[in-house]
Amino acid sequence: MATATAQPVILERLPRSRSLRLPPWEKLTPLLLIAPSVILIAVFVYGFIGATMRTSLVRWNSALPDYTFVGLHNYQRLFQLDRFQADLANTLHFTAIFLAGCIILGLGAAVLLDQRLRGTLFFQNVYMYPLALSFVVTGTVWRWILNPNSGVNVILGNLHLDFLKSGWLTDTHTALNSLGIAAVWQMSGFCMAMFLAGLRGIPEELREAARVDGANEWQLFWRITFPLLRPITLSAVIILGHISLKIFDLVYVMTFGGPGYATDMPSLYMWIATFQQFLYSRGAAIAIVLLLMVAILIVPYLVWNLRGETEQ
Amino acid sequence: MGNERWTRRQFVGRAGKTAGGVVLGLSLADFLAACGTGTGTSSSGTGKLEIFSWWTGPGEKDGLAEMFRIYKNKYPNVTITNSAVAGGAGSTAKAVLATRMQGGRPPDSFQVHAGQELIASWVKANKMESITSIWNSEGWDSKIPKDLKDIVSSNGEVWSVPVNVHRGNALWYNKKLLDSKGVSPPETPEQLTSALSSLKAKGIASPLALASKGGNWQVQMLLENNILAAGGADFYKNVMSGKASFTDAKVVQALTWMKQWLPYANTDNSSIDWDEADNRLIAGTAVFHIMGDWAKGDFTSKNWVPNTDFGVVPSPGTKGKYMIVCDTFGLPKGAPDRDNAVGWLKVCGSQEGQAAFNPKKGSIPARTDVSPSGFDVIAQSFIAEFKTDTLVPSSAHGSATPPNFASAVNDEMGQFIQNKDVTKTASNLQKASDEFLKTA
Repeated sequence: MATATAQPVILERLPRSRSLRLPPWEKLTPLLLIAPSVILIAVFVYGFIGATMRTSLVRWNSALPDYTFVGLHNYQRLFQLDRFQADLANTLHFTAIFLAGCIILGLGAAVLLDQRLRGTLFFQNVYMYPLALSFVVTGTVWRWILNPNSGVNVILGNLHLDFLKSGWLTDTHTALNSLGIAAVWQMSGFCMAMFLAGLRGIPEELREAARVDGANEWQLFWRITFPLLRPITLSAVIILGHISLKIFDLVYVMTFGGPGYATDMPSLYMWIATFQQFLYSRGAAIAIVLLLMVAILIVPYLVWNLRGETEQ
Repeated sequence: MGNERWTRRQFVGRAGKTAGGVVLGLSLADFLAACGTGTGTSSSGTGKLEIFSWWTGPGEKDGLAEMFRIYKNKYPNVTITNSAVAGGAGSTAKAVLATRMQGGRPPDSFQVHAGQELIASWVKANKMESITSIWNSEGWDSKIPKDLKDIVSSNGEVWSVPVNVHRGNALWYNKKLLDSKGVSPPETPEQLTSALSSLKAKGIASPLALASKGGNWQVQMLLENNILAAGGADFYKNVMSGKASFTDAKVVQALTWMKQWLPYANTDNSSIDWDEADNRLIAGTAVFHIMGDWAKGDFTSKNWVPNTDFGVVPSPGTKGKYMIVCDTFGLPKGAPDRDNAVGWLKVCGSQEGQAAFNPKKGSIPARTDVSPSGFDVIAQSFIAEFKTDTLVPSSAHGSATPPNFASAVNDEMGQFIQNKDVTKTASNLQKASDEFLKTA
């Protein structure tokens, strides 16, 4: 804590005193040092966002680029499509189960592991491992597991639990939730790691003080621990949320959007519209809608984070 | 990397003649493109040839290798680069191709389904060179049926060379199982419906094997075969070119048959592809599968004997008609090694090339003068029917309609097998037709 308060003082004093002594050409050095990354990001991130935005406003609906300006027509058409309406509903549904699943399982596992019992390190690693896999691998494995004829249904049948059998990925009512199972399996370990770090950062004195005041363990968790984990929870929501909104590989591998539009996602449709239907402008419009959706999630977080930093 | 050294030597030679010093600073890719523009003057039979396809599976890969072998015999000094991109029915390959074509770096020649898949995209975008003169100089008019030439032509020009012909309208059945249940192979849609219902009554829960994994194109084949059955060849061609409506009673009839069959199909269809549907026939859990004749290659590779273990009839109601699924090769403008590519196209259209390629691929030759002796019994009967049947282009496989329409129909089929709503599907198909067929 002492270093944290000491640092700003140094930072405040240094620039002022040094800037007087700097020769003019040396003022350029920091600019030159960051210039390559600024230029690269300007071109390859913001330039391409601009190009995508432009493509979404023209009539490029075949292999041949057509830059006739049509305004917001592509967006208007997009939101009228059954498929895109289904995509938006699916994204929200999927994000809800994905976030809830990851946070509940992640927090639960973190609280258990934080008890510092024997073997916690082992389980910590076991839960973390799925994170090292790519969604493509996860998707392939879970597609086999959830295959109605060869996977988990066979086990359920052998256990005489036939009422639990399901079409999983092949039934329009269960497909999206089945997709959620695979996604939660992969990312809940990551959530656990975040919460575990958060839990270990909570000073023992606070809990000790609460215990002295007569709080039971349940109250301790809900009144002390959980509120102190709020920044971690928010970070987890942001990180998982943007993964969920942009999910592509898992859907591509597991269901390709089917059955019907039951598991179709904006990112998958963006790819299909662009590279299979050659509707470049529609693909670009979906990309911009996706960008806005993620921005709605990320920008307030960045603002909040930035404000936190300046306050410190 | 012997070929790389070769081009470097070739390059140094040419660099002396041209302003080579400028080219030196460019990347390898730029340098290859630069070589390409120069080859117009150099003699053909040397240099490189890059062939782009999605033939990576067993059989098709071997067929491609056969054609490469024939090419090598003719042009031993040309180094062939096989740029095959794996992935479901070419969907990945087409995305890669689109990027290369728009980036101005086409391969020397690429695989494309006959017809609209090429004409409505790359021909319309003015990225293809007409091959009419090659077609005429090779005398293909007398060897390749006119119906097929029409499919690969637009505005009086021919755009690609058909290599093979697959049949899209085929009903495959487990012969032993069908015989044992005392049911005869159905010839009309109504007969299929009653066959399905009697098989179900005899204990086969889902006698119709159905696959829809990877975008529902398998279901789209059911639809197009049924439209052909309900409306005949002329109506089919009209509706697929936007001249007739999808809300027509004939399309409604086609959809109604599908609706009648769906209760007899496996409900896990979205998790299986066509080859897994074939396995259902082999396992005896299903009896019928409506699929293109690539199913035959799949059956025989699994040691099933044609006309003993499995049989085939035209899909219900389409006797006398041949649903063409045809792979072709075209000539992109700015092909780096144009002269070599022209040689490749000649091999593709040659009797020798087609005789070598097709038995491996499991298709029949697009030429009618290839001896059927090297083919299996089913291919032999298809070769005979190909000569007399009315040929119609498949929409599910890119020939009849542009890719964006086919893809929209795919989506609609995915919806249809869930909601089974004939009226709504017909009107949605018409919407897709309005959007994508009228402008074409």
